[in-house]
Amino acid sequence: MKPAPFAYHDPRSIEEVLDLLASLDNARLLAGGQSLMPMLNMRVAFPDHLIDLNRVEGLTGIMEEGGSIRIGAMTRQRDIEESEVIRARLPLLAEALSHVGHRQTRNRGTIGGSLCNLDPSAELVAVATALDAVLEVQGSAGIRELSIHDFPVGFMTPALAPEEMLTAIRLPVPPAGHGTAFTEFARRHGDYAIVSAAVLLVLEGSRIARASLTLGGVGAGPLRLRTAEAMLVGGAPSEATFGAAAAECAGIEAMSDPQAPAWYRRRLSAVLTRRALETAAARAAV
Amino acid sequence: MMDGITPEAARHILPAGPGKVVGRGVARIEDGPLLRGEGRFAADVNFPRQLHMRVVRAELAHARLLRVDASAARTMPGVVAVWTAEDVAEIPPIPFRATKVRGLEPYCQPVLARDRLRYVGEPVAVVFADDAYRAEDAAEMVVVEAEELPVLLDATAPPAEFAPGLDTEPTVVRKEYGEVGAAFRAAHAVVELELSVGRHSGVPLETRGAIARYDASSDVLELHGTAKKQHWNRDEIARLLGRPPNGVHLFEGHVGGGFGVRGELYPEDLLVCAAALRLRRPIKWIEDRREHFVATNHSREQHHRIRAAVDAEGRLLAIDDAFFHDQGAYVRTHGARVADLAAGMLPGPYRLPAYRVAGHFRLTNKTPAATYRAPGRFETTFVRERLMDAIAHRLGLDPVEVRRRNLVAAAEMPFARPLDTLGTDIILDSGDYEGLLDKALARFGWDAMQEELAARRAAGECVGAGLAFFVEKSGLGPSDGVRISIDATGAVELVSGAASVGQGVETVLAQICAEALGVDYARVRVVHGRTDRIEFGNGAHASRVTVMSGSATWEAALAVREMALETAGTLLQLPPSELTIAEGVVCRADGATGPSVTLAEVARRMGPNAPEMRGRTPGLTAERWFWSDHMAYPYGVHLAQLRIDRGTGAVTVERYLVANDIGRAINPVLVEGQIRGGFAQGLGGALFEEFRYDPQGQPLSTTFADYLIPTIAEMPVVDVLIAEDAPSPLNPLGVKGAGEGGTNAVGAAFAAAVDDALRRPGAVTSLPILPAQVRRMLDGAA
Repeated sequence: MKPAPFAYHDPRSIEEVLDLLASLDNARLLAGGQSLMPMLNMRVAFPDHLIDLNRVEGLTGIMEEGGSIRIGAMTRQRDIEESEVIRARLPLLAEALSHVGHRQTRNRGTIGGSLCNLDPSAELVAVATALDAVLEVQGSAGIRELSIHDFPVGFMTPALAPEEMLTAIRLPVPPAGHGTAFTEFARRHGDYAIVSAAVLLVLEGSRIARASLTLGGVGAGPLRLRTAEAMLVGGAPSEATFGAAAAECAGIEAMSDPQAPAWYRRRLSAVLTRRALETAAARAAV
Repeated sequence: MMDGITPEAARHILPAGPGKVVGRGVARIEDGPLLRGEGRFAADVNFPRQLHMRVVRAELAHARLLRVDASAARTMPGVVAVWTAEDVAEIPPIPFRATKVRGLEPYCQPVLARDRLRYVGEPVAVVFADDAYRAEDAAEMVVVEAEELPVLLDATAPPAEFAPGLDTEPTVVRKEYGEVGAAFRAAHAVVELELSVGRHSGVPLETRGAIARYDASSDVLELHGTAKKQHWNRDEIARLLGRPPNGVHLFEGHVGGGFGVRGELYPEDLLVCAAALRLRRPIKWIEDRREHFVATNHSREQHHRIRAAVDAEGRLLAIDDAFFHDQGAYVRTHGARVADLAAGMLPGPYRLPAYRVAGHFRLTNKTPAATYRAPGRFETTFVRERLMDAIAHRLGLDPVEVRRRNLVAAAEMPFARPLDTLGTDIILDSGDYEGLLDKALARFGWDAMQEELAARRAAGECVGAGLAFFVEKSGLGPSDGVRISIDATGAVELVSGAASVGQGVETVLAQICAEALGVDYARVRVVHGRTDRIEFGNGAHASRVTVMSGSATWEAALAVREMALETAGTLLQLPPSELTIAEGVVCRADGATGPSVTLAEVARRMGPNAPEMRGRTPGLTAERWFWSDHMAYPYGVHLAQLRIDRGTGAVTVERYLVANDIGRAINPVLVEGQIRGGFAQGLGGALFEEFRYDPQGQPLSTTFADYLIPTIAEMPVVDVLIAEDAPSPLNPLGVKGAGEGGTNAVGAAFAAAVDDALRRPGAVTSLPILPAQVRRMLDGAA
């Protein structure tokens, strides 16, 4: 478990990173390293160049801008989890982060690293999908914005060109009267979820005005349950409504792997969705 | 039954109750360097000019090996040599150290694969380079050409050909006594079960490592990073490499967990030694984690088809068991030991008039298997206790009651079974099984808990409880020696042939020594795991060190005490019988003031230049040996209370008790640590850990993301009841081993508790119990 040879680059600015990306073949960006370093050590990844982002200026920070929270791609997961702004405005993100690895890995792991790694079970990908995140991507041609829904283009493959990098993520703050919840099932605490559910409910009076349901871990990427969402909107936040929405999970396409068969993922999806809906509704009502 | 105690020592049986230092939870003396980061594990050992070895491993589970092309690897930067089977043709395969079974030799593992690849991970070639990174780069350039063969992954499937004239069932371990057939014919009921235990093993924090150095100036080959069995390994390495044993020395540093898998003789140990001799440079090999999962011994995987004949009261009349032991691709150092232990220990704590067992010891295309903490017992306690639960259910008896009716009574001790295991007759040396069961039930509040669980079930919760009784074994002989010396400064040194795998050997031996000698235990220097300091030793395994080396320590320390009192008596003009030793000073035993003399002074008076010692062997030192033909059998009961999440099938432990009678706890805090640590590994085997393979024999559990060991978040608070009601009559300390009781019955207790929560007796038939399975069982229960 020693990596194959690679050239190491230690840039200090985004411009330097972009220059390196434009000029080097087979380069990988190193963020928090919690997935990439083991992949290098196990010789699963063989980059010729490793571009370390850890000393690049301007990639960290959490800021409220208009109706959104903007988080720099290199912001550490632990800083996000502990951020007052996040806890007050996007508690779903903080709740999900408590399931991401362990405190030690969150001290190092970054939000951008997790999103670009695009593990099918990654909690942050599910939450970004549930919250309709917008990604800021920078390349030699400038900055472009990309919806999280267009980000995964295949198994663990983000829609980034070789000379592009993710620089920030913007998460719209949901309106007043909302409640969120994140539930997951993993064999052990801190493991990648077998299935996770991220839920946002916006209530207006006794009706559901908006619903966002995302499952992680069931397939190659996050799965937004649009049909179930449509069933919820306009309905009352009741056991019957939630039960019917959760029952939609019986029909989803789920993968089988050594961790869990497809039927079990579907069962977990229904259970976790229902629990997340109940919790989110209770939180919205407070 | 006193065969373990010499007449000399019988006069000196350790009195019951806490002593000055024995029986007390004193702090470990080995922790200082570990806490300060000054420990010396295998990877910490470095020598100038060392080369790094990298092993090229088979990537196919079964194949004909056609060609290994190392030509490209040999030209890589930093590479000094690349070896394939041809280069080590003169080294014999890995031998056995622990089997009576004949005919296993053709199934031994060669140090490098010759013409067949038999499991993914099998060593095929080795690269020696000046740097670990370059060694790994070069290893990738070694081309292995092989032709795939059909794989065999199921030990219950019909045996296949291993080699011409040999099939994949090297032996069947058979044991039998009593009239089994008649018992089944006369039975009130016959209960029949099919049960299996998954493949898992010890996964120590520290992987294996081996650093060999040849000192040409003194013609001594040294091997560092060793564990467990230094003396046997020294002798075998010497024999296999054609050297005299006194020209080979093994050294033990700190060991980051042993659990049975570390310290056996593996191909890599011989390869580094052979390379150090041939290349005349130190050779370092540190196993990486992925290698560990496929290269280090697996364990446990067994499938049992068991039947019990019982009378109308639920008393056992006979057990008839056929089991299939998945040994993996080769027979390693243990021979058929685990199957033998399973066959011998299956009856456990119960009276059993007739018994027949056939253990089919079978090879498959998986990593070879051997012992792991409570080998053969974790498996058979699961099987036997599942059987007792099934009998209880069949006859409508309470699970506790059916056990009571079958437990061997205290008055029947010592209880001889017409069985043997590990070459010793099984004679349960002492025990009050029912007494401990009562204590455990009371401590757990079993009856009140049943009412509470019933109320919670009525409120919709899915909760349950279960228990499992076990008998362990410990103190495997035949011998161990200890030498204790006090130097002219009063410093005490204890040299033992035991090994330390981190369990607290130094502290426990120092406590026993200090108790006998009247010195400060923290100032006893304990030397272990070194072949250059003591000629013989049997290492650390089979829960033997406290029993065997502890007893030898006790006798050696008493002998030194006697010498010291005699010499001091001459100096002080007092009869030795009126003297004692306290805090390193020989003084009057009656507490009266008077002349005294330090042990340092006594040692000086016994030095080689002291006139009094003319014509005598000098030194305040004694070496004593302890022998035992029989093992001491600790026993206990595990009680579990758990709840099941109906949505996910996840099992959460609510309460757990391990009650364990170990005869005598030299250090109760260390015993509790052993039991809790052992439980954690049992929990792994019960709920989490499993080496899985795909249909082609590719291992699926090669990282800690796939092979799930319990973490602190999964570990419940475990209550421990240490009982000392039945000291062993086989040794002067009355001790039995404490290393494996925490692991032994975890799978069995969880199975019973999950059944109970599901209200489906007999639902659990295999380990580990996975949440998806529980979810399925919940569907069946609904």
